[in-house]
Amino acid sequence: MTAWKSGAPLEVLTLGLQGEVFALEAAHVREILDLIPVTGVPNSQPFVGGLINVRGKVVPLADLRLKFGMELQPPTIDTRIVVTEVMIDGDPVIVGIRADKVYEITQMAASALEETPRIGMRWRPEYIRCIAKRGAEFIVVLDLERIFSRGDARDDAATPSQRSAA
Amino acid sequence: MSTLDPATIFRQEAQELLEQLEQALLDLEHAPDDDDLINSAFRALHTVKGSGAMFGFDAVATFTHHVETAFDLVRKGKVAPSRALIAVGLAAKDHMRLLIETPDLAEAADGDAILQSLKQIVGGPSPSMAAAEAAPEPEDAPQGTSPEGTSTWRIRFRLARDAMAMGTNPLLLLDELRGLGVATVVARTEGVPALEEMAATECHLAWDVVLTTSQPRTAIEEVFMFVIDDMELSIDAIGMAGEGRRIGEILVDRGDVAQQAVDAAVAAQMPLGTLLVKSGEVSPDTLAAALAEQQHVRTGLGAAGTGPSALPGNPQGGVKGAAKAVDSIRVPAERLDELMDRVGELVIVQSRLSQVAAFSNDAEVKAIAEEIERLAHELRDTTMGVRTVPIGSLFGRFRRLVHDLANELGKRIELVTVGEETELDKTVIERLNDPLIHLIRNAIDHGLEAPEGRAAAGKPAAGRITLTACHAGAEVMVSISDDGRGLDRARIQSRAEDQGLIPAGAKLSDAELFQLIFEPGFSTAKEVTSLSGRGVGMDVVKRAIEGLRGKIDIASTPGEGTRLTLRLPLTLAIIDGLLVRVGTGRYALPLSAVEECVELSAEEDARSRGRSFLNIRGDLVPFLRLRELFQVTEPPDRYQKAVIVSFGGRRVGLVVDQVIGNHQTVIKSLSKLHADVETFAGATILGDGAVALILDIANLVKLGMAYENRFKAAS
Repeated sequence: MTAWKSGAPLEVLTLGLQGEVFALEAAHVREILDLIPVTGVPNSQPFVGGLINVRGKVVPLADLRLKFGMELQPPTIDTRIVVTEVMIDGDPVIVGIRADKVYEITQMAASALEETPRIGMRWRPEYIRCIAKRGAEFIVVLDLERIFSRGDARDDAATPSQRSAA
Repeated sequence: MSTLDPATIFRQEAQELLEQLEQALLDLEHAPDDDDLINSAFRALHTVKGSGAMFGFDAVATFTHHVETAFDLVRKGKVAPSRALIAVGLAAKDHMRLLIETPDLAEAADGDAILQSLKQIVGGPSPSMAAAEAAPEPEDAPQGTSPEGTSTWRIRFRLARDAMAMGTNPLLLLDELRGLGVATVVARTEGVPALEEMAATECHLAWDVVLTTSQPRTAIEEVFMFVIDDMELSIDAIGMAGEGRRIGEILVDRGDVAQQAVDAAVAAQMPLGTLLVKSGEVSPDTLAAALAEQQHVRTGLGAAGTGPSALPGNPQGGVKGAAKAVDSIRVPAERLDELMDRVGELVIVQSRLSQVAAFSNDAEVKAIAEEIERLAHELRDTTMGVRTVPIGSLFGRFRRLVHDLANELGKRIELVTVGEETELDKTVIERLNDPLIHLIRNAIDHGLEAPEGRAAAGKPAAGRITLTACHAGAEVMVSISDDGRGLDRARIQSRAEDQGLIPAGAKLSDAELFQLIFEPGFSTAKEVTSLSGRGVGMDVVKRAIEGLRGKIDIASTPGEGTRLTLRLPLTLAIIDGLLVRVGTGRYALPLSAVEECVELSAEEDARSRGRSFLNIRGDLVPFLRLRELFQVTEPPDRYQKAVIVSFGGRRVGLVVDQVIGNHQTVIKSLSKLHADVETFAGATILGDGAVALILDIANLVKLGMAYENRFKAAS
């Protein structure tokens, strides 16, 4: 059903969140921006609590750290915004994703990809597309559609918001 | 999109022309002497005919030609635009639309029937399209039957007096006959008694039908299968060969008159029919029927002989149509969307420029910035003007609906439209069509009482449906109101309790209760007669309006009527906004909703901790502290300001830290991820490139009202 199961390599963008390495399918990624001013949206879910201006378009900014219950650190010189296009409930939506660091676009051989194990995961398995093995480390490839699908767009960790300006 | 299919262009153009025709016809009903209207109808017909012929819509051109001929007589003052003529004209318009849009569904027989009735009304020669269209009608004809394989029958029938009471509908019988082939129907009214003796439920009419069909006689008999026992029916074959048959021969053949009478009349050298009528040998009806038969046979043969080429399309009409097209240009809607986007970006850049210029000391830069600001605003207004159309174009369509429904239901209805000039985005207007039809239908069907009921309630016999449109702040309000019986509170409440939508005995406000009729499946027509249907499909209406990010309000007074108000946001628009600051966040609100800005004095600020009301020249206005609403943690400014906004006649103060000033606000909608945030209507981009949220005034006012109500309940 998916590309990596058909044997083709999976092209991904690797990024860092709170010291962990995650990957997004490169097909979702439109561009990568330096951190730009973020407008907070009061009373929204903290996980998607910001708006940014991407070339004249108003784009929601998501902070996956809140989705994964991570601690929030102030932005650094490495902080980036990955602009992605995700299908949400059947419609393409442009969403910015905040990353502590962006590493590279890389290809994962199909043989290096594994199904998400049911147990032993720190992250909720439904948000994970698959696990990629690279050298000694494992990289979690995120399933953006699941993460943003409407039923799941709430925060899993009820962290109070620190979302306004960066 | 540059290579548009010419047929598509024709369809679009024809659609507009047909609307023009319909408008003119409906107006004519009220002002039959208005030459402009007659000319407008005529021009529309003429252009449809011409363009139709040019683009190869021959059936349309041919049909329209006949209608045009009839209206030419009207134009020349030879025929009065009677109600009957208008009704046929409308039917003809519908048929033309069918021919243009779904020619496969258009029944040639229907068109022919329309032309026949038109002919009867106008009285002028109107050649039937019978044979011309009968040829490409294979499904009725047996395999291999040519048009010559048809035969013509004379069917004369009179139903039993109580036939209608027994459930027979003569119209259906006639329709069935028409379905068999090309029929000319003449109703004979000589059996109708004087008014005082007439029983409305009895059938006094008789019909003469001349039918050209490829079907055998048995097919005709089958039409009358269920009523044959009690009726008078004769079916005779008449040869199409009798092309030149005279009216006298026909009358004799039909047994309407004796040969001697005809001979006597012929000897008198006057138009035979007239003479026979005069001498009382035949009734006018009988003559009309015979003449119709003569016409039917004659035209049937004539058309079959010479084919469709005998009915010329007018190429000059096509040329005129093309010349007219220069006045307006058709542009695909998406190009306008693109233009709007560009203008939006320009406005954003322009406000940046203005901001930079404001800090500049260079007078020339300031002058240029001002000039560009002016141009950008004009460009914005022009572009928005291109994108919007007056809602009158939509209201106009409903006049036909109301006209038809009034006839159908036997109610007299007056349709009043207000604010037709209110402009709305074209796509919004298109998407309003179906919900509004539904609501109007409901209002007429269920809201307005039957004439007796209205008389009993002391209301004028004609029910009144009012369609209103106006701009209210950043929204457009479209309301449909009737002066009918109003919604029945108690019934809705008990239905809702039965369906478990609300707990038994729940106390709801009118507004809350009436919203229940939008629940899917609420109210099944059978059980709640006075409301029947109000719930059926209302959920669909609501969904459609919500799809436009609009809302529906209902107000209803028992015995006085119901008003449904659709509040539609101007989604694709640039508005004049007022920029305010709350904490570090900047927010825009539509300037049109702003009434005034006042300073919240320190003492008022302090005093109003418990009860948040402002005294605005003697009126108590509730206010909301946006700092609290938005959970702002930064310390407040020393002097808090209150922006008084109004919506739907209600006022609410919004307390902010600072009023920044005017801002050209390009509305950008929020993504799905923020669909749950109700306090914002959208976002915009500020001069410095930052994003600012646009406050949803309607929602904030609602919050303020809830606050006020709580306060009132507590005091």
